[in-house]
Amino acid sequence: MTGAKTDRPALADDGPPPGEPALTGAAGDPFDRDALPAPRGATRALLASLLRPLRGRVWVTGLLLVLQQAAVQAGPLLVAYAIDSGVPAFRSGDHGPLTAVACGYALCSVGAGILQYAFVRGSARISQDVLLDLRGRIFRHAQALCVEFHERYTSGRLISRSTTDVESLRELLEEGLQELIGVIMSFVSISVLLLWLDPAIGSVAVLSFVPLYLLVRLYQRRAGKAFALRSTAIASVIVKFAETMNGIRPVQAFRRERGNDADFAVLNHRHERSNGDAMLEMARYVIGSRLVANTAVAAMVLWGAYRVASGTLALGVLAAAVLYLRRLYDPIDRLGMFLNSYQSAAASLDKIAGLLAQTPTVPETADPKDLPALTDGHPGREVVFDGVRFAYRTGGEVLPRLDLTVPAGQTVAVVGSTGAGKSTLAKLLARFYDPVEGRVLLDGTDLRDLATAELRRGVVMVTQEAFLFSGTVAENIAIGRPDATPGEIERAAKAIGAHDFISGLPDGYDTDVRKRGGRISAGQRQLVAFARALLADPAVLILDEATSSLDIPGERAVQQAMDTVLHGRTAVVIAHRLSTVEIADRVLVMERGRIVEDGAPAELIGGTGRFAGLHRAWRDSLA
Amino acid sequence: MPETPAEHTDRSAVRSLLRLWPYVRPIRLRLFSAAFVAVLASCLGLVIPLVLKWMVDGPVAGRDPGGVWLGALYLLLLGLAEAGLFGLRRWLVARPLAGVEASMRADLYRHMQRLPVAFHDRWPSGQLLSRGTTDLTLLRMFLAFPLTFLFVNATTILVGFVILFDQAWSLGLVLLAPAVPLVILCSLFETKYSVAARGAQDQVGDLTTVVEESVLGIRIVKGFGRHRSQALAFHALSRRLRGTELVKARLLAGIWALITTLPELAIGAALVLGTVQVADGALSAGTLVAFLSTALALRWPVESIGFLLAMSQESATATERYFEVMDVAQERDADGDGRARVSDEPGMVFEGVEFRYPDADPASAPVLARVDLRVRPGETMALVGATGSGKTTLTALVPRLHEVTAGRITLDGEDIAGMARPRLRELVSVAFEEPTLFSATVGENVLMGAEGAGEEELRRALSVAQADFVHDLPHGLDTQVGEQGLSLSGGQRQRLALARAVVGRPRFLVLDDPLSALDVHTETRVEAALRQVLARTTAVVVAHRPSTVMLADRVALLSGGRISAVGTHQELLRTSAEYAWLMSGATEAGAGQGSSAAEDATAEEGSTR
Repeated sequence: MTGAKTDRPALADDGPPPGEPALTGAAGDPFDRDALPAPRGATRALLASLLRPLRGRVWVTGLLLVLQQAAVQAGPLLVAYAIDSGVPAFRSGDHGPLTAVACGYALCSVGAGILQYAFVRGSARISQDVLLDLRGRIFRHAQALCVEFHERYTSGRLISRSTTDVESLRELLEEGLQELIGVIMSFVSISVLLLWLDPAIGSVAVLSFVPLYLLVRLYQRRAGKAFALRSTAIASVIVKFAETMNGIRPVQAFRRERGNDADFAVLNHRHERSNGDAMLEMARYVIGSRLVANTAVAAMVLWGAYRVASGTLALGVLAAAVLYLRRLYDPIDRLGMFLNSYQSAAASLDKIAGLLAQTPTVPETADPKDLPALTDGHPGREVVFDGVRFAYRTGGEVLPRLDLTVPAGQTVAVVGSTGAGKSTLAKLLARFYDPVEGRVLLDGTDLRDLATAELRRGVVMVTQEAFLFSGTVAENIAIGRPDATPGEIERAAKAIGAHDFISGLPDGYDTDVRKRGGRISAGQRQLVAFARALLADPAVLILDEATSSLDIPGERAVQQAMDTVLHGRTAVVIAHRLSTVEIADRVLVMERGRIVEDGAPAELIGGTGRFAGLHRAWRDSLA
Repeated sequence: MPETPAEHTDRSAVRSLLRLWPYVRPIRLRLFSAAFVAVLASCLGLVIPLVLKWMVDGPVAGRDPGGVWLGALYLLLLGLAEAGLFGLRRWLVARPLAGVEASMRADLYRHMQRLPVAFHDRWPSGQLLSRGTTDLTLLRMFLAFPLTFLFVNATTILVGFVILFDQAWSLGLVLLAPAVPLVILCSLFETKYSVAARGAQDQVGDLTTVVEESVLGIRIVKGFGRHRSQALAFHALSRRLRGTELVKARLLAGIWALITTLPELAIGAALVLGTVQVADGALSAGTLVAFLSTALALRWPVESIGFLLAMSQESATATERYFEVMDVAQERDADGDGRARVSDEPGMVFEGVEFRYPDADPASAPVLARVDLRVRPGETMALVGATGSGKTTLTALVPRLHEVTAGRITLDGEDIAGMARPRLRELVSVAFEEPTLFSATVGENVLMGAEGAGEEELRRALSVAQADFVHDLPHGLDTQVGEQGLSLSGGQRQRLALARAVVGRPRFLVLDDPLSALDVHTETRVEAALRQVLARTTAVVVAHRPSTVMLADRVALLSGGRISAVGTHQELLRTSAEYAWLMSGATEAGAGQGSSAAEDATAEEGSTR
């Protein structure tokens, strides 16, 4: 390959130094600039690792193209042979050479066609396999990254990475690779042929590559910048687009359309500029390279013709040389196209590599342990927070030190004001985060030592945001346990009181939530989320404000289900509605990351502490 | 994806592409100049062999070194002109085409924002996004290359053939022979390729949707350890896309191979025939060189037709996809100020309001069958109903996020259907059940509720919503929140959404369960402050529990698609069993008997069913 491979887009140079923690909240942070740092060389390493498993096919496909080009390049040679040998031989009655030319030409044409067919299909397979691999890697990696990451990275950027950025790699692989191999092939073969036909003309041709090379380097430097900007710009366009669509109700209700148009125009214009810049760089390259090429052709023809005229060169050789010369520089435009796709792909790959370089903060263990088997009739598990400290990487300590034991089967309500650390406690138990110090133990096993599947059989969390995925209601419930039978799904829905509304939907459980009549209210969505959790049947259930949109009958149904279907499970319930607390065996009051009160509900209500105060206020609110 | 209209109407590619004209019109001069320049450059390329011929037959054959200089000079000049023209073509269209792409994208965004909410409920956002990104990029590339070069190459081929026929008409005829089969093959190819191209584009849209959902639902995926099955679903979709792409590649490979081979065979035949003619002395060697040189120069224009057609096909389907969205009618707005009063009744009045989602089965029962409700000026009406009874739907009708199917809603005697939406939405302010914040500062998010509201208003709104926490945020009111900023808790978001609803001191207020995510202390404080706002506002408040109902003067019970009872909280508790059941956590005496009341409620629940 050419020097094209060695240059990374210029943006990498003004990114933060490698090794800097990715999730810093400081000003100029890489998230806002959409420039997550990737270690040096990561982009190339990524490309290499994508192609490595396919290298056999890459070679074969490359060979096909080499052969195809050879067949194509034979044309002018046959012309030279026909004029220099065919004509005199034919004149003297020898039809042999001409027949050979005829057969040779036909063979080359058909051969070139077949090889071309095989190459196009082969290279499409390679590129599609690479894309499949890359898309899968992006998706799997993103899924492994923590919730905190996604809150900052946004779905729009991830979409941009897995669509437009992947697409630009495809251009490189499908068209670019062919261009590149074609270009190198023509340059090499034609130079060799020219050197062989006439060393003098050949040398001039080879010399002309020097200024061309310099031009290529210049173009790369300048276009790289434009492409990196373009990739960032399109990502922010997508982010804005997605955000508007997902918030279309408030957008329209608050008449944000015009304001949004203006904001979008700014982002869109930034993309338009960089897009235009990239195309202008290409225009400059084309002018420069054509100038060099055409001047070289004129010089070589002059010299060749001069020598024919003075009798030191055969006319046929000049004819062939002239034909080849025209072809020598034909691929210059194609080289430009290759550079274009290369720079664009490099900018995109850089962004992808930055994403893939993010290390999951809660990695799955390589050496998983099993939880002890549950004894019959005791489906809960013991939860222990052992000296747990938690602070966000952005700074700000949330839990200074937490020691807590929840015996198997106990229902614990956690109350406290916003920012007291309730949700953090829940997320640590669900292993959305790992503690900075200390351990979270499930029946004595550190959560970090559990395989994901085992962990989710143990702990399931239902949150306030009851998101539904595209698909049917049944599929959404079955997220809790993908192998559940329709009967089991229905039983879970019945247990939570969701069966009635689901059977009222146009297609019942098979109603697509994104289609006709599939509109489901926030309260109903929370019921579906609960049905999901019931179906998962975990040993430990965490409810993080999971009943906020339910009405009182809905809340009762949930409490009932916890009393019956989930009886004996360990439960951690975070709720500001103290009605939920009534079913708890134990109440924890948290403040600034510490447990300030801990006891049975009745005991605390009777006391004079914070919970007693909260409870009084709540009772008053009911009056 | 069955969602996207898949009916392949037999619209021709050309007709689809012609719809781009309004966007191309403003840059037509540049585009035509560019095409003209490209034709010129191409023709220059064809003249170069003629100069070569002149050199070979003239000075070279005549052993005239001086003449050779002249020929080389011509060559150089032609070459310089060609380089200049090539660059000029690109320079002419670079910015304008980026502009076309941008303006199409801006139009899509603008249009999409103004489409009815019902449209967005139906369309997965990934399908819209892929139209705004990959499809538009494709269209820009189409305008930059295939469009120009289909024209340029056709012209080049035409001029080329004129030159060829002029040099040796018999050889020219030989080259023309493959034209007929190629035209037939190409049209066959086009039909098949367009179907595959459309399939691939729709599949990219589906893939986009899955990616987006995987992020929006990341907590569920993680909470249930489902990232493997998500990855499998994603993998299945990407495999399907790969399959479609390979079909496209196979079609392209086939047509490309034929387009390369057939003309090449013709050139071979011409070479043999030409050689014979040279041997016979019927043709000069120079002419043959020039002829073949010209023929070879035509090779790229001919070969390129394969992928130019493929790209044009793809662009045609991309255009179709784009206009599928653009053709969806925006909601029409009443013209004029629509101040025609239909009644003298002040306040917010629902008269015989019926609503069925536009895409719902006409035979199904409507969500709202016949809602009659009068909210007096300054009054706050709580709206209570079982889960899924249509409370949220009813509130969406007031700012006309959905349109009533029958009946009418009047505000101070004015039918909202006759009001311009911006004016209506200025009068009515909404706090949604799901408090969505946008990527902007806290202050900007709140001030979205009122254009031109000042610092003072902002402070007041924040204090009504008890959102003092904003002052503790890293940058106070200037802290970035929303998708691209600091993530706030549900309660914090809800309070900001509430502040946004009240900041403009709207005449009418619609609050959908505005206190659901607040803790007890905050709830009490917000209630107290909100009560003062509500005292001067005509409001509808969706309520799930007694504490929220307490904000209201009267309560309306929504049941079976109609308002089944209206009265004060106490009245309804006595007279309506359903209401008592819905509010059962806090019956008569309310406080003190928590658990026993709960048991009663459960028993009652059993009996109501």
